[in-house]
Amino acid sequence: MPLIKDGKFTADRFIFIPDGQAFPEDGGVMVTLDRFQSECETLLAHHQPVAVRLAANENPEVLKDDLAKIAAIALEFPVYKDGRSFSWARMLRDRFGYKGEIRAVGHFLYDQLAFMVRVGFDAFDVRQDFRIEEFERAMHEMTYVYQPSVDGRKTVMNIRRGE
Amino acid sequence: MAAPAPQMITANRLIDGEVLYWRDGAWVSAFADGTVYDDPKAAEAALDAANAFVRDNVVVGLYAFDVRHTAKGTEPVKEREIIRAAGPSNRTDTGKQAGMGPQEPKDIAPINL
Amino acid sequence: MYRYDEFDAKMVRERAEQFRYQVERRIKGELTEDEFKPLRLKNGLYLQLHSYMLRIAVPYGTLSARQMRQLAFIARKYDRGYGHFTTRTNMQFHWPRLKDVPDILHHLADVEMHCIQTSGNCVRNVTADHFAGAIADELEDPRPISEIFRQWSSFHPEFNYLPRKFKIAVSATKKDRAAVKWHDIGIEIIQNEAGETGYRVFVGGGMGRTPYVALLIGKFVSKTDILSYVEAILRVYNEYGRRDNIHKARVKILVHQLGADEFRRQVEVEFAEIKKKGTLQLPPEELQRIETYFAPPAFEALPDESPEFDAAVKADKDFADWTKTSLTPHRAKGYAIATISLKNIGKTTGDISADQMDGVAQIMDDFGYEEVRVSHEQNLVLPHVRKKDLSAVFARLKALDLAEANAGLITDIICCPGLDYCDLANARSIPISMAIQKRFSDLKRQHDLGEIKIKMSGCINACGHHHAGHIGILGVDKKGVEFYQIQLGGSGAEDASVGEIMGPGFGKDEIVDAIERVVETYVKLREPGERLLDTYRRVGMTPFKNMAYQEQLHAAY
Repeated sequence: MPLIKDGKFTADRFIFIPDGQAFPEDGGVMVTLDRFQSECETLLAHHQPVAVRLAANENPEVLKDDLAKIAAIALEFPVYKDGRSFSWARMLRDRFGYKGEIRAVGHFLYDQLAFMVRVGFDAFDVRQDFRIEEFERAMHEMTYVYQPSVDGRKTVMNIRRGE
Repeated sequence: MAAPAPQMITANRLIDGEVLYWRDGAWVSAFADGTVYDDPKAAEAALDAANAFVRDNVVVGLYAFDVRHTAKGTEPVKEREIIRAAGPSNRTDTGKQAGMGPQEPKDIAPINL
Repeated sequence: MYRYDEFDAKMVRERAEQFRYQVERRIKGELTEDEFKPLRLKNGLYLQLHSYMLRIAVPYGTLSARQMRQLAFIARKYDRGYGHFTTRTNMQFHWPRLKDVPDILHHLADVEMHCIQTSGNCVRNVTADHFAGAIADELEDPRPISEIFRQWSSFHPEFNYLPRKFKIAVSATKKDRAAVKWHDIGIEIIQNEAGETGYRVFVGGGMGRTPYVALLIGKFVSKTDILSYVEAILRVYNEYGRRDNIHKARVKILVHQLGADEFRRQVEVEFAEIKKKGTLQLPPEELQRIETYFAPPAFEALPDESPEFDAAVKADKDFADWTKTSLTPHRAKGYAIATISLKNIGKTTGDISADQMDGVAQIMDDFGYEEVRVSHEQNLVLPHVRKKDLSAVFARLKALDLAEANAGLITDIICCPGLDYCDLANARSIPISMAIQKRFSDLKRQHDLGEIKIKMSGCINACGHHHAGHIGILGVDKKGVEFYQIQLGGSGAEDASVGEIMGPGFGKDEIVDAIERVVETYVKLREPGERLLDTYRRVGMTPFKNMAYQEQLHAAY
């Protein structure tokens, strides 16, 4: 699937390897949380860069001591209505200071992109016919924000207070 | 064993929400003009055909509902469908019963703000 | 009241254009209905039984005359000349076309109004005491913090895809007119022993299939901390609220499943982290800045007694009757709070015509400091009226057919639109409400019966708040036929309680008689000073149940 990172179409540096499937010779791999936890040493020794894909009900807190070793974390949207990953992304950035890639995978809408960027997503697995202009447009639909978030944008309150 | 109830098919027009009834290949506004399917297989085929209009984003909320034949004519079985066919029972000056469902906006001047 | 600055104004404009783009994509088929539905719900647009329905936010129930006139304009231009005030103090139009909604949103933006998040799985309209700023015993006006909650929750990037809807209400008096304990978050503005003003935070109230009264989670949260605290609650809910079953997805399920202590513990962990970061701490100057918008008007120095008022009461029986139920003492001498009942006998609860809206706007301009409130009991309130003007106000209301003298009496019924309009409903509610009103229309009898809050819903979603009715009525569908279940002993006040189900439902031709037998039971058993709710709490369900089913007219359930 096409990948958008930092506002541009980008090649994916990871291949998702489902549980039970052997790893390729080389190249970065993306694995489930279960697999990361059970095969961590092998992954880090031989298959860097490593990415972990979390299901919507998997709290990223369990990865907090390994974050420096993980190049990217994919957070799943099983259906677009399931908003848990908004909180997981925020947690990774805010609470744990995670600096790697946070990727949105699964089913989500154009209309959620601006919110996702605000809470810390910087990469998006988009549908086949997605045009980059749509991403640009999504980023500019709303000029101002009321709430502070991970993106550090000035809020309306900040502006009003001349901060 | 009781015979399956005759059915009709309904949906709402996407663009304005107007309630519509299926009449063999097309949509009509009045319940009385809709086709009644006594044969469940025919009802199913009609629902299938009507689905094309969902796929084409013309209608939404498509479903079949039970009707019954009475001396006075065909009427819906459920109260909900009776109300849907007529309009709100508390405001008989609105809805289909008054020819006053969703309409074109009236050409009135905005107020001086 | 709050006035938008350039930032608020731009938000609602851009939101209207955002929705226009969503509508375009939907019509072209770039969005399926399944994808479009949550997006249109977040702009208050439902697909109902006959048509679309648009729900307009009335933040903390406050409207200006200008806004009221614009609502009348929208009702005339785009709808059938009327609107409906809901139990969440919002306005609903029943006949908008999808293609016209983006234009309607712009008309609303013209008067600083919107439909943002009035539906959908997000934080909804924040409601507050409809007597705010006018009642003597409020600690402070609950609306400034409500406005701060409104801004904090609008387009919140993390909390727009919650497990389910989320409702917040704020009260600042001992008497709870905002039903805070029935909300997902209920806030009581209080003073602690140190004399500091802050908030008591209740979480987990709600109606619907599993009604719950909220539990006390935040015993005292300071003004600087409140946004951080509320954000913590939402985060715990977003992360751990159930998403497997739509009927178990409200925060009330999570709170009651974990218990208050464990839920509080989880909230406090989150709260500590948010507070440490500091970005959500509310600077006192910001709260004060918002408070200045809600400063009370410059009341005249008037004597408490008004000879004009007294004379009018003596001279006009209709006016005298109206004053018995429509007036509440005001904090300023010589003023009164006037309730406008939207419960005309035999008319639809909460409905108001465009002409009536214009008439009320004129009253607001001439006598009401240009402000009106909507209550969750679906009435309007003129918060500041000089006593000497009351008879003139009454004359105007009478001319508008808005002078029903039944505020707070048995015919002041709260009622959802029900099966006459709503796609979710199982039974009609409006005709039953009208029939009950007609049965009890005699004003003398109504006064004898005193305060009886009847609340009716056409389905288990409980938009009519039937669980909080002294007498609650729930419409159900039994094999396509409408039946009505009675509940007794609910309350939406500070003594919040869930009504108890009486038993099998009554048919639509039996329910009014059954209600009358319930009321007659109260009359027979009451002790001096007891309302029906009090008598029920004293004697229990049995006497009421026995009388209600006495005629054996009901169908076995």
